[in-house]
Amino acid sequence: MVASQDDTSIETTNDIRLDSDTLLLVRGLKTNFYTYEGVVKALDNVQFELKRGDTLAIVGETGCGKSVTAKSILRLVDSPGRIEEGQILFQDVNEEGENVIIDLLQSTEDEMRKIRGNKIAIVFQDPATYPNPVFRIGDQIAEVIALHQDLSRDVLEMKIARLEDALRTNPDAENVEEITTRIEEYKSQLDSPPPPTDKEKKEAAKKRTVETLKLVRMPSAEQTINQYPHELSGGMRQRALIAMALSCNPRILIADEATTALDVTVQAQVLKLLNVLKTELDASIIIITHDLGVVAETCTRVAVMYAGVVVEYTNTDELFSDPIHPYTSGLLRAIPKITEKVEHLLQITGTVPNLIHPPSGCRFHPRCEFATEICAQQRPPREEIKPAHWIECHHPQGSMKGRKR
Amino acid sequence: MALISPRTIDLKTGHAQLALQKHIAGCARAIRRVIWHMRLRDYVIRRLLLAIPVVIGVLAITFVLAYVMGDPVGIYTQERTSPEAVEAIRRAHGLDRPLYEQFFFYLRDLASGDWGYSVSARLPVTQVIATRLPATIELSLFAIVFAIALGIPLGILSATKKDRWPDHVTRVVALAGVSMPIFWFALMLKYVFFFQFYMAGLPALPEGGRYTFTVLPYTPITGFLLIDSIITLNPVLFMDGLVHLILPGFALGYLTLAIITRMMRSSMLEVLKEDYITLARSKGLRERVVIYRHALRNAMIPTVTVIGLAFGGLMSGAVLTETIFSWPGLGRWSTRAILNSDIPSINAFTLLVAFIFVGANLVVDLVYGALDPRIRYG
Repeated sequence: MVASQDDTSIETTNDIRLDSDTLLLVRGLKTNFYTYEGVVKALDNVQFELKRGDTLAIVGETGCGKSVTAKSILRLVDSPGRIEEGQILFQDVNEEGENVIIDLLQSTEDEMRKIRGNKIAIVFQDPATYPNPVFRIGDQIAEVIALHQDLSRDVLEMKIARLEDALRTNPDAENVEEITTRIEEYKSQLDSPPPPTDKEKKEAAKKRTVETLKLVRMPSAEQTINQYPHELSGGMRQRALIAMALSCNPRILIADEATTALDVTVQAQVLKLLNVLKTELDASIIIITHDLGVVAETCTRVAVMYAGVVVEYTNTDELFSDPIHPYTSGLLRAIPKITEKVEHLLQITGTVPNLIHPPSGCRFHPRCEFATEICAQQRPPREEIKPAHWIECHHPQGSMKGRKR
Repeated sequence: MALISPRTIDLKTGHAQLALQKHIAGCARAIRRVIWHMRLRDYVIRRLLLAIPVVIGVLAITFVLAYVMGDPVGIYTQERTSPEAVEAIRRAHGLDRPLYEQFFFYLRDLASGDWGYSVSARLPVTQVIATRLPATIELSLFAIVFAIALGIPLGILSATKKDRWPDHVTRVVALAGVSMPIFWFALMLKYVFFFQFYMAGLPALPEGGRYTFTVLPYTPITGFLLIDSIITLNPVLFMDGLVHLILPGFALGYLTLAIITRMMRSSMLEVLKEDYITLARSKGLRERVVIYRHALRNAMIPTVTVIGLAFGGLMSGAVLTETIFSWPGLGRWSTRAILNSDIPSINAFTLLVAFIFVGANLVVDLVYGALDPRIRYG
């Protein structure tokens, strides 16, 4: 039968079923960078998923591929980087309200553009370099809104509000009747609004920009839209970047070290804000960080990355109470406790490997105290060692210590 | 009562046509505009004030230059002029006075429009400038417009198609512009587009001059041929002038074109690596919008510097082009002046070039301010 032959071949996007609450599934993602020194294998078989309403943390040291993962999801990896293989399945809701699954790596550039900034938005690391220095903050935000949102209803509502306002303040105007009929006419159009002109669209986008800035608790939003990035402080700029990302109510917000460049107080504010906004906007968040404190406070799930591999993936409480991968337990041990006096900070010996020639087998084995021969020869398979707790390790620790395979 | 009683509500804007309200809104708008202009005006004034020391420095140097080139009396005397006569001339021209006094005389004369007599042109210097400066400016402007109009798109193309064939072609074009000596290139242009075209019976381009003076009458008003022909509503003269500009303008502008192209390419490549370009892409903007809206304005800043400097260079460097294309501009006159030790002419030419550089830099600064808000309010 023809159909059975199809089944054995590579499954197409249509065949894939995702749990209805899975928003994003990254599977077997592999990204390489072709540099003069050689091929940097930045991501190798990265796998994790994001559930609806979750806050997923991707943690790891500098250079372990966190940002590359984020950029790969949006297909923003610049030359000389290339996404080699894998699947990034995004469960979207189409206009009829049905769930559709899109493989972002198979989409065309046009389809990707409709997703970027609209369905999946990203907040980048450095508020000093990411806003364009020569454009006003408001224009930069309004640009995204005008690009992705249908503003025709906004325009119509704006017109109605303006006329009603005028009526309220001038009840004895000469042409009250004309105005009322006009308002009625506009109201009847609300279900199928006429396409607005560019000028009206701009005005509506500006109004939404102010609303978005207010959403991220930007003080004096009306003035801020006319300011240039260099006139704002780092925290304000970060808020503006978050507003830019949130302006189209994305389903997924990726915060790529969004708080790292900020000082601790502002950092706390921004994190709190992200969590509040998540519930307000019904979005899911991926937070990329190297700060385990941030993870503990804000995230529900964690993917620990090491040298381009997700070594452990579970929910936050589980990770902190029962770290199973030696790298994770090493990381957690390295956090100094506020209740104990320490002479020397604990560290994981060795450094992050050069990914042009990554270690054979398990990429962590040269630094791992439990490593044996098999670790150097064979990459450990990804397995669900406890319910909802995945690791890639030959020698699990924690509660699974000494377990025979 | 007319001020506060409502009249009608505007259907489009929803503004009630309240005379008072309208008046207040108008006032607020006007005040905002004035503030904006004041900011801009302050910036312009700052730049202008900074230009003053430069101009004074140039004046001092040109003044001293006259002494460096030998005894200034030398021009007016011959070998058999008696020492008494030499002294008389020296006194008559104030050359026996202290140097600082002479400097002030020099400044006074410049200010009063007495720039001296050009021996090489047998005319007062100011008259020579009045006829020749417009010709040179016209040629330089044509060349720079040509260089910008072609150089910037080529640079962008080269950067966005890096290491692909458009980049390689553009690189060859730019390299040719930098390496070909201008006199050789100008002669080749003449050989091909005038001589060979003429021989082949094709519509040939003129080989020199500003217009076909044997056929067309032309009385200068402003001295700018194209402007004058528009003023006098003379399309034939306009087209004739334009056709005469093509070859010399191309010859003169090609080097600048090459420099602008390369500069645009490198600054564009630099900007495309910036974080804000990644941000623009992450918004889902089209690549065309990313390049022309987000990258171009940032990449223009270094390019504008080069354009400003190149324009000054064009004005002073048009000597070869003007000679080859018999262009009645400053370049040919200044060469003759230098060969004849015609000091008033040399001084005037040096001053003009300095003013043009100062002016070009001022324009560059203003364009900077327009492009980059950090400079505007800095």
